[in-house]
Amino acid sequence: MLPALLTMVGLAAAAGAAAALATRRSNEDQKRLIDEIDALLPQTQCGRCTFSGCRPYASALASGEADIDQCPPGGNATAAALANLLGREPRPVDPRFGAVRAQPLVAWIDESACIGCVKCIQACPVDAIVGASKFMHTVIADQCTGCELCIPPCPVDCIVMRPASA
Amino acid sequence: MAKPGVRGGLRLDAHKERSTAQALRAASSVETLVLPLDQHAGAPAVPLVKPGEQVLRGQPIAEPGGAISAWLHSPASGTVAAIEPRPAPHRLGAPTLSIVVANDGRDERYAQPAPAPFDQLSPEQLREIIGRGGIVGLGGAVFPTAAKLSSAVRGQELRLLLNGAECEPYISCDDMLMRERARDVVFGARVLLHALTAQTCVIAIEDDTPQAAAALEAAIAEAHDQRIQLRQVGSDYPAGGERQLITAVFDVEVPAGGLPADVNTVCLNVGTAAAVAYWIRDAQPLTNRIVTVTGDGVLEQRNLDVRLGTPLAALIYDCGGYTSRMSRLIMGGSMMGQSLPHDGMPVIKATNCIIAASALDLQPRAAEMPCIRCGNCAEVCPATLLPQQLHWYAMGRDLDALEAYGLMDCIECGCCDYVCPSQIPLAERFRDMKPALTERLAARGSAAAARTRFDARTARLEHIESERLAALAKKRQELAKKSS
Repeated sequence: MLPALLTMVGLAAAAGAAAALATRRSNEDQKRLIDEIDALLPQTQCGRCTFSGCRPYASALASGEADIDQCPPGGNATAAALANLLGREPRPVDPRFGAVRAQPLVAWIDESACIGCVKCIQACPVDAIVGASKFMHTVIADQCTGCELCIPPCPVDCIVMRPASA
Repeated sequence: MAKPGVRGGLRLDAHKERSTAQALRAASSVETLVLPLDQHAGAPAVPLVKPGEQVLRGQPIAEPGGAISAWLHSPASGTVAAIEPRPAPHRLGAPTLSIVVANDGRDERYAQPAPAPFDQLSPEQLREIIGRGGIVGLGGAVFPTAAKLSSAVRGQELRLLLNGAECEPYISCDDMLMRERARDVVFGARVLLHALTAQTCVIAIEDDTPQAAAALEAAIAEAHDQRIQLRQVGSDYPAGGERQLITAVFDVEVPAGGLPADVNTVCLNVGTAAAVAYWIRDAQPLTNRIVTVTGDGVLEQRNLDVRLGTPLAALIYDCGGYTSRMSRLIMGGSMMGQSLPHDGMPVIKATNCIIAASALDLQPRAAEMPCIRCGNCAEVCPATLLPQQLHWYAMGRDLDALEAYGLMDCIECGCCDYVCPSQIPLAERFRDMKPALTERLAARGSAAAARTRFDARTARLEHIESERLAALAKKRQELAKKSS
């Protein structure tokens, strides 16, 4: 009776430990997968995928809540790379999430019209706009990811998207 | 014991003795000198003169247009005839903005500020002054020397490697320089050692240049400088490739994507060292260089000391003109040089050699055939790449695979082309694919930078929010204390 009981308890404890270890390992695997997906994303942080940024989209992809065709800034190359990494069917970017641009665009502020409201500065996810309250703002073109998040908040509509080289 | 050499590589027939038989001579003076503003690596220089202005020999006529850029000096006295686009050899004949100087033949010298003895200057000052001489790497890459020296100094002990291993068949300008002006090379080495606060300098040459070796040994002995030593390496092509030479001499490998400074080495061409000597010792900025004029398509094959801006046609004229066998004009060596459409372009700082090639000089090239996967290319690749695989992936424009197989480590030496039994122009294919991969790597780099900035901003906003909440909680506590 007693040896049987001890065996049962021992086996149950071993199974529990194994399950805990497996969970921890799968968590680590999951995190590594998110990192790998994040590395493929263009880091515009534009939110066009309906998630709040590139990393949230990466975790949604890792957990199967999002599809690979939701990133217009990355374009079809990124969609193909994601399909390859995740073993899903390759597919072009779904136009519902936005148009894929042939040429990268960056934001440009018409400095004569800027009133210095700092709203675009607050909206920029990568701190690529310089300026201060009641002073003219400008975009650091090299740092701009072209996410267009600064355009809707501008009260005087003085921000336009232009080709990166112009 | 075998001398250290390159991995892979080729033993090529040297065609150097044709052009080294005659002593170095100054090229004849010409009436018009054309100086492209973008003849160095980095940002184009910005003109300091206007059309119609008088200039003197050695006068600065353009200043650096950025952190990595170079000064440009007038190679003759005269007037600035124009500042306009002119065909340039480094653009393969496409026009690029150039200063045109009409030579008055009087050679009046510009009064340079009197140089202090170099060992009384601080290394920083000395590097700055070297930059003012318009000195760039004369081995062919024309990278501004002052920028290279400054970026290499990071607090560690450096060693200087002077590259005199002229592995390209046909080119002999460094060989002639070392034979006839070994003292200048050694003086330049001493200046550079001071500018780098380095304690060792190795001058590396190939083992098939006995006259240069003897001249350098004599010059080193005369200088009584224990820090400078001469080393001979095997004369396999491409022994003079920067990475190959560093491995052969110091037995260390420059990491992929890294620079020689990562293995505590600064590598400069011997011609650059001599140019440093002319500037620091004689106050002569870089306005001349030695050019090898060779090939079966020119009557007299020799080395000339040429003013920058001299038309290539004038060099050919100086060497007796073309022969009837002339078929193609090449700037640079026969392995890595590029064909030029005509000879109406000027000598620039990068012009080490002009080959007027006849059919005898050119490797006969039949029609390209499919790769038979013989593997000869992998055996000769000095960067230990697999050219047959790179070729396969280049055909499919598979950038992922090209990156994984090390396309960016290809030095475009052309060894693989040379041995390919199917006549595939491999190096050319690889050169064509590099811009696409570079663009992609840059995009990845800017994505990584955007991620860093985004993370920093998120952390900052969280920090501000937590501070605000903490202040709020503190105030609430104080209010609760007061009311109780």
